[in-house]
Amino acid sequence: MDILQLIYDGVVLGSILALGAIGVTMIFGVLRFAHFAHGDLMTVGAYIAFVFVQLGWPIWLAALPAIALTAVVAVVLDQLFYRRLRRVAPVILLISSFATALMLRALVQIVWGPDNQVYEKGISIPYRVAGLVVTPDSLKVLAGAAIMVVLVHLFLAHTRMGKSMRAMSDNIDLARISGIPVSRVIIWTWVFAAALTAVAGILLGMNTRLIPTMGWNALLPIFAAAILGGVGRPYGAVLGGLIIGLAMNLSVVFIPSAYKLAVAFVIMIAVLILRPQGLLKGIKL
Amino acid sequence: MSAIGLYQYGLYFLTSAGIFGIMALALNLQWGLSGVFNLGIAGFFAVGAYASALMTGAPAADHWGGFALSLPVGIVVAMACCALLALVIGAATIRLRSDYLAIATLGIAEIIRLVIKNEGEVTGGVRGIVNIPKPFDSSSQLVMLAVVAGTLVVLYWLVERARVAPWGRVLRGIRENEDGAMAAGKNVTRFRLEAFVVGSAFMGVGGALYASFIGFISPEAFEPVYGTFLIWVMLIAGGSGNNIGALVGTFLVWLVWTFSSMLTDLLPGAMATQAGAVRIFLIGLMLQVILLIRPQGLLPERSPPLIGRRDKTRE
Repeated sequence: MDILQLIYDGVVLGSILALGAIGVTMIFGVLRFAHFAHGDLMTVGAYIAFVFVQLGWPIWLAALPAIALTAVVAVVLDQLFYRRLRRVAPVILLISSFATALMLRALVQIVWGPDNQVYEKGISIPYRVAGLVVTPDSLKVLAGAAIMVVLVHLFLAHTRMGKSMRAMSDNIDLARISGIPVSRVIIWTWVFAAALTAVAGILLGMNTRLIPTMGWNALLPIFAAAILGGVGRPYGAVLGGLIIGLAMNLSVVFIPSAYKLAVAFVIMIAVLILRPQGLLKGIKL
Repeated sequence: MSAIGLYQYGLYFLTSAGIFGIMALALNLQWGLSGVFNLGIAGFFAVGAYASALMTGAPAADHWGGFALSLPVGIVVAMACCALLALVIGAATIRLRSDYLAIATLGIAEIIRLVIKNEGEVTGGVRGIVNIPKPFDSSSQLVMLAVVAGTLVVLYWLVERARVAPWGRVLRGIRENEDGAMAAGKNVTRFRLEAFVVGSAFMGVGGALYASFIGFISPEAFEPVYGTFLIWVMLIAGGSGNNIGALVGTFLVWLVWTFSSMLTDLLPGAMATQAGAVRIFLIGLMLQVILLIRPQGLLPERSPPLIGRRDKTRE
């Protein structure tokens, strides 16, 4: 297979992973636990958008209520389960989020059934650019991911809430004594992460198709991306996502494509052994 | 259900509960005693089951192995494979925060499933392995139950001994206060690695017995929902840190789970699939409620008596 094509497809996959990884890394940074329900939150976002697409909305418009409702789901989950467990130990949050992951996936299956769904039926004709097969959907994915990354940058660099989030991720005690309203920042972290997660889910659904396990299957590469980029580092997550996406797709040159997931895993283990703080120096663990 | 059917079902229930009990004890050694976070139970379960099945099965054309060795040999090989796997994963991640061990173990479980699916020449692929022999080549369910129960008793004795032994005290100390244990001169990484490796080897025993009990294994049996999540629910419901609690939790959760599956199996095809999702949703909710209302479980952990306290009347 053409290397250029693999690179292109890798960047498309990587940009989806990047959006998921930004959410995971900020939740890890602010709340100090690995959120195992993140993949399934992606699935929820994708399926909510699917409802509006079925009503005849174009996908970019359907993304807006999907973002809003996924954020509501995330904040409700936090207030119902995670908030009460925060005082105990971060690791209990991890178990709780594992249970949440299963509940969300089961719920998606109960509401929408176990079968595949697609946003748009029919075949769209791909463009051919210098020997590259470029589907219209893949261009939309790249555009969507790029817009989100720009928005993330504007939010984190120029708003008060964005700066508070980064401050908490950098040094939680220092942030607390500087008078940052911790519980408000936590809620906004969920909204922020859920919005990115919903978009990541929608883009993943456009890139492939919708199934209840779609997000769960993306969870490991997303964790790998977040760890590679440096936990708590949103820009690192973007970098990590792109590298993991590229590595997973380029690996088919050397090994059977069934083992793409293993590539993400091996990179993650290598990072944990050689440079546990990640590419951009993440929070100390 | 006739009396004989009920008897057969009772044997099936107790044997499978016993195997889950072994898994819960193993997880209790890792998480309950040592705070080592294993989210890849299904992976070790699978490695144990396949290792033993390939050793004990009859030669077959469609997969590797088939050495027709006896079950004890299968169990030993299963333990060795799981211990080795745990050693590699643990060596890479156990010195980091427990979140990383959780992610790494979850990942290795998924990859083990991928390997089993795709390396058909060794593992039989998606078709799985059939005709895995039972202990003593006996078709009696009672013999199977006796073997499982016997193994469970031995493992229970071992983990209970470990808990009150100095080794277990150090692990509890590390779990409660890592810096303190380090200051006391304990090699924290080494102790945690030992707990992880030993617990994983016990999970291999559970896998080997499972393969022998069901007689058929395929990658589907090792989905994280059943292989990992149920065992976590069992341990936390029963009381992590308490070995009796782990067994009580196993029994109760398995009772609820099998009973609800008997109900949903009565439904017609498509609805049964959906009802399966409802059950998973409810068991997830159950764990959340336990974590919120009674995180210590039904039977909370009790510290072993302090050494040197001679006053027997106060115990």
